[in-house]
Amino acid sequence: MSAPVNRKPKRAGLPPAFLFLAGAFVGAWVLVSLFGRGQFLTAANITNIFVRSVALGMVAVGQSFAILGGSIDLSVAHLISVTAVMTSFIMQGDPANIARAIAVVVAIGLGVGLLNGLIITKLRVNSLIATLGTGLFMQGLLSTSFQNFAGAVAPEFEVLAYGTWGPVPIPVVMLAVVVALGALVMHRTRFGAHLYAVGGNAEVARLSGLRTDRVLIVAHVITSFSAVLTGLFIAARLGAGAPWVGQDGVYDLESIAAVVVGGTALAGGRGGVLGTLAGVLIFSIMDAMFNQLGTGAFLKQVFRGFIIIAAVASYSFRSKEEVG
Amino acid sequence: MQRKEMVALVLAAALLLSAMPQAGVAQRVSEFWDPDEFARQMALLEMEPVGPPDKPWLQALDPTWVDTSKYKKDPPWTICFSNAGLFNPWRVVGFTTMQAAVEANPLIKEFIVLDAEGRDEKQIADIADLVASGECDLLIVSPMTTAALTPAVERAAQQLPVIVFDRGVNTRAPITFISPIGGYAFGAQGARFIAEQLPNGGKVLALRISPGVDVLETRWAAAERIFAETNLDIIGVEFTNDDRAVAKSIVTDYLLRYGQIDAVWMDAGATTVAVLEAFEDLGYEIPIFTGEDQQDVLVKWYEEGLTGIAPTYPTFQWRTAVEAAVMVLSGQPIPGPEWKLPQPTITNETLAQYLQYNMPPQHYALCGCEDLPGYPQRWGGR
Amino acid sequence: MPPIFVVLLVICVWISFLNPRFATVPGIMSFLMRAAPAAILAAGQLFVIVSGGFDLSVGSLITLVVLGSSMLIGGDPANTPWVIAVMFLIGIAVGVFNGAVTSWLKVPSFITTLGMLVTLKGFALLWTGGAPRGALPNNFRVFGRNRLSGVPLLDEVPYAVIILLVVAVVATYLLHRTGWGKQLIALGDNPRAARLSGVPTAKVRILAFVASATSAVIAGILLGGFSGVSTNVGDGQELGAISAAVLGGAKLLGGRGTMPGAIAGALTLQALFTLLNLLGWPKPLRDGLQGVIIIGAVAYTAWRERRS
Repeated sequence: MSAPVNRKPKRAGLPPAFLFLAGAFVGAWVLVSLFGRGQFLTAANITNIFVRSVALGMVAVGQSFAILGGSIDLSVAHLISVTAVMTSFIMQGDPANIARAIAVVVAIGLGVGLLNGLIITKLRVNSLIATLGTGLFMQGLLSTSFQNFAGAVAPEFEVLAYGTWGPVPIPVVMLAVVVALGALVMHRTRFGAHLYAVGGNAEVARLSGLRTDRVLIVAHVITSFSAVLTGLFIAARLGAGAPWVGQDGVYDLESIAAVVVGGTALAGGRGGVLGTLAGVLIFSIMDAMFNQLGTGAFLKQVFRGFIIIAAVASYSFRSKEEVG
Repeated sequence: MQRKEMVALVLAAALLLSAMPQAGVAQRVSEFWDPDEFARQMALLEMEPVGPPDKPWLQALDPTWVDTSKYKKDPPWTICFSNAGLFNPWRVVGFTTMQAAVEANPLIKEFIVLDAEGRDEKQIADIADLVASGECDLLIVSPMTTAALTPAVERAAQQLPVIVFDRGVNTRAPITFISPIGGYAFGAQGARFIAEQLPNGGKVLALRISPGVDVLETRWAAAERIFAETNLDIIGVEFTNDDRAVAKSIVTDYLLRYGQIDAVWMDAGATTVAVLEAFEDLGYEIPIFTGEDQQDVLVKWYEEGLTGIAPTYPTFQWRTAVEAAVMVLSGQPIPGPEWKLPQPTITNETLAQYLQYNMPPQHYALCGCEDLPGYPQRWGGR
Repeated sequence: MPPIFVVLLVICVWISFLNPRFATVPGIMSFLMRAAPAAILAAGQLFVIVSGGFDLSVGSLITLVVLGSSMLIGGDPANTPWVIAVMFLIGIAVGVFNGAVTSWLKVPSFITTLGMLVTLKGFALLWTGGAPRGALPNNFRVFGRNRLSGVPLLDEVPYAVIILLVVAVVATYLLHRTGWGKQLIALGDNPRAARLSGVPTAKVRILAFVASATSAVIAGILLGGFSGVSTNVGDGQELGAISAAVLGGAKLLGGRGTMPGAIAGALTLQALFTLLNLLGWPKPLRDGLQGVIIIGAVAYTAWRERRS
């Protein structure tokens, strides 16, 4: 049984985004050494760069699946808020409730992913509008029921955010596992190959016998699941969830930005999880660099926007296609 | 055909829409209500502060003192500051004052600031960064949200002397927590003024910035209690997100729905002028209002002869944080574990003395910055 | 009559039942005045949407216009005219940038304008130091706040309503009565075919982004006028504009959309919020319902399209 795949994903070699990552790293190192305070290349600083990447990193890995399939998910920020709030609300500081809390939020996440996928594939609603709508709806319910930090996570649960495994923080291990799993699913499974095909050309994929709807639905379930992971992490990090944590982190647009800076095409069909990791790390390096340069947050924002555009332009400028 | 479908849809929607809101928000007891603390703050309001009369930022109310001799260190010092963000004029005025206070002190050789951009998650990482850098002689923290930042501040305090100001944390680990008297006093003053001025059944609209921040939650918790003891009609409690456009739209909505509103209670003054404009633009009389010490509020209040009250949450506490850091590193005792600053209230009688026509509309009168280098240009004044 | 107009009419009649003041001339005028910025923004956004793109940068551009104007005017009303001119120039520059990067560097407009959303907001905050500075004088605020009195039949008409009317007429003409408008729709419908048939795609697209940015400058002037200087005045406006256009029957990724529909979409959203407010819905639930409604509208359109 050979599934027809019209474009085989490239498996060898690192994505070009790692070139930018290396550039950002060296650039930050030089700039901080010349104009900043302190050292850039310290174990503490490097560890912090990774820890800063965890929350965005996990959801961006999931966003890669939606975007690779030619879709997009704007509801992740709201799902992160829902997850963080429900986690601490159910847990109420009691370790006995950890399993129940996780089960509930994972179920919510899978449900939201399924709903997003079904609205997009069965009702034929553009993914941007579909996920904008489900996001608004979730946030509406959440903000009506909770106005504040709700409950608390159990102290044991905070290990997820603050524990260490030897010299390595547990959240970084968690991110590494999520990236590895994401890469595995994307590059080593039949589903992954199908996702590339659907994202590359949905019509061709469908004509060659792929159940494109099912592939897209699964992609959206994965995206939502990754948002749940980020929500769990944030609840552990803050000790509780509040209905604004997802939106305050702008995880919807930031995750999309990380994915495309990492080299995944917005139209789908090209890219991968490792590039996304590079994209997230580039943002974290910028955070660390601007902290050490002491230039303030607003200048960083100005640069960040241009970097998003420039990175994507470097992948796309040779294209002969019309782009809208 | 098409139209029939539409009509059926609309009728179904109508039923749903009218039924839904009743299922909505339930009243909940505020976890921010603490009757003992409320009584304490109301007592502090009546008290005379100790300290230099011309420097309110160095005054303290009913202080206890902590010994800081173990933190004494030879100058010059590096002071680090983890700032929740610069997301409103109050914080910008305060931060400008803070920077000027640092410059004015030759013993401080470096002032390292990390801006958390309003995100708890980033501030936690920022604090870890500052502690790990090993460069800080002392860490000042202005936390984003109380609950979220508590563990990070606790961890930092194990390695460094820490001073917290503005919003608090749920731990006694810092050397001191600097703040004005507090939110209960702020909220209660406005609410009492409204209760005194209005007849029974008077309509009051309450506008809050956002939920979850202790210094703001306590303001409303106190006002809510006071209103509950009156016969006033609280027609709504809404969040403005500190956005003037949102505030003006909300008030316009309420005016269209209720006709006249007799008083507007606000937990901060940033949107006060926009709220008053909503009345003006619809041709209603400007009601009794609560504001804060921004120049735009004070000027409008004074020039149009309005009736209001402005409790304050002075920006001079940003300067206190720097002065406290210097005292700690010099080994001098400081007020702690809580340093309560005075919290003057501006009334129709005292209004005139706070007007500063040379300062910009978003400048806060109680900046305590008039003697610092660069005043007034540095704060945008002429 | 397209369905959106029926919906708008029904909601308006319903509001009038709950609040008879609404159905009077002043009631309608103040409704239109509050809806004007969103409607103008939706009109501008539609040019980009029919061409197959998105313009997410409009929200930040609004913030930049409001904050930048207050900085440049510096409290002196004599500066207002040239500052407004400068704002339009900034808007045109942003539009040209968005269109050029999309057309020539082939960066999808969603990303180009997402980048500009981040950059422009950062720039506005950098300029003002993070908080609103200065104030907008009355001769700037008049457009968003005041009314023209002595109009026959109507008595008082808000300037914002007059501006909305002008924008609506001009935009309808541009999209539905000019060669550029037809080329725009052709480009969104099938970019490759449009290019092969000789449509100057880059020029056509750049002009669409300029139209959208210009609408943001106008909306910014109105919003700044309505409520004064604030740093978050533009937040989320881009999604509102896209929702409005979609409610009005525009198809994302291009090829279909009508100007009266988009404007009616914006008015419908505003009317819906007014209605829900009268019914006593809290703000979060209103937002939630908006989510359901835009999904429903698009699903309904898609369903009708398949059936026919």
